[in-house]
Amino acid sequence: MIQTLEGIVSEHPFFKGLEEQYIKLVAGCAKNVRFDEGQIIFREGDAADQFYFIREGLVAVELMIPHRGFTTLQTVGEGDVLGWSWLMPPYRWRFGARTLQPTRALAFDGKCLRTKCDEDHDLGYELLKRFTFVVTERLEATRLQLLDLYGAPA
Amino acid sequence: MAPQLENSIAARTGADPMVPEIYCIQRLRHETDDTFTIELATVNGNGGFSFLPGQFNMIYVFGVGEVPISISSDPQNVKTFEHTTRIVGAVTRSMGHLKKGDFLGVRGPYGTHWPVEQAEGRDVIIVTGGIGLAPLRPALYYLMAHREKYHKIVLLYGARTPEDILYRRELERWRSKFDLEIQVTVDRGTRGWRGNVGVVTTMIGRSPFDSTNAVAMACGPEVMMRFAVMEFQRRGLSTQDIFLSMERNMKCAIGFCGHCQYGPAFICKDGPVFRFNRIEPIFGKAEI
Repeated sequence: MIQTLEGIVSEHPFFKGLEEQYIKLVAGCAKNVRFDEGQIIFREGDAADQFYFIREGLVAVELMIPHRGFTTLQTVGEGDVLGWSWLMPPYRWRFGARTLQPTRALAFDGKCLRTKCDEDHDLGYELLKRFTFVVTERLEATRLQLLDLYGAPA
Repeated sequence: MAPQLENSIAARTGADPMVPEIYCIQRLRHETDDTFTIELATVNGNGGFSFLPGQFNMIYVFGVGEVPISISSDPQNVKTFEHTTRIVGAVTRSMGHLKKGDFLGVRGPYGTHWPVEQAEGRDVIIVTGGIGLAPLRPALYYLMAHREKYHKIVLLYGARTPEDILYRRELERWRSKFDLEIQVTVDRGTRGWRGNVGVVTTMIGRSPFDSTNAVAMACGPEVMMRFAVMEFQRRGLSTQDIFLSMERNMKCAIGFCGHCQYGPAFICKDGPVFRFNRIEPIFGKAEI
């Protein structure tokens, strides 16, 4: 059975508990996308007009470092959110994203969602709470990564 | 307790726990830049060594000193046993220079074990980082040998870099059996690494286990375990179903000296594997 976009969005843990009317609004900004292995999803510095929910596959969030090449900072996989630069000015990607495996995702039009959030602050608040949770998790994980926990004891 | 496990406990009953026995190195294998595995057997090749997954030995390098190291081999192989350790001090550095045919003193096995019997009929989620995979390797061997007794088995393993991944070939072999879900992640991806990059605990949230019927085992740096516990609890695991292997400065290994006191418990005697609800009030407290 083919699942509707609304169905896919409502089942995603990120949107758990979101009212049906908002699910419809959010799904109205979404589309299914598919990427081959090694494909660039977005490049550092480009306009951040979209964000993604990974449904299947693996994506590297990377940074180009002179003399070192593209360096993977983090990978995101099934169930993860990719990208939040669309939320804040100047709406440019801070990092790049490239698939490590064939990847299926839901792509959301960031401009479309920003407009809807501006028009309905309750929706905006709901989304912002959810993104804040994701950002907090990523910050915690980054702090742990910086600790170099598995290195030899000092 | 399963009969095999009871037998292994009985095997060493009666030995003086403070007197090391001499064992002979059969093999020394470098795992990564700063870790190695030694395989030991009795001097004359007779007899054996039984232990439970998660237990440790006190290893004595003659003239240098004694250190506690978890046993990392298959508990069903009683002819030889292995220890994997990182070079962190004088004893492990000396140990790393030994070769086949050299001798070591061994006291043990000591301590509590992973709840492999309690996990029967349930999903098993194992979260480990760095050298923490070594104490869980015997549990993995046990689970794989009794695969039919368990539902899903998930191993989440974090290493510093791809070059620091322990037991790489074994992990690949286990993964190829398709009845063990293995996810490896590294803190820093290096050129050519096409796997996960990120902290191992972030993988718990999307890991395919049934939190209403699962047992969790974790071993690694204590900070990693603190975050692992938070993620287990967020998934709905009860504190009774979470088991951690704790580490402190163990000396006598039999609860006499007090060096490894952890609140009301001694890690050497009451641990190293603790059911989380037993240590929850003191876990992560800076003063303990």
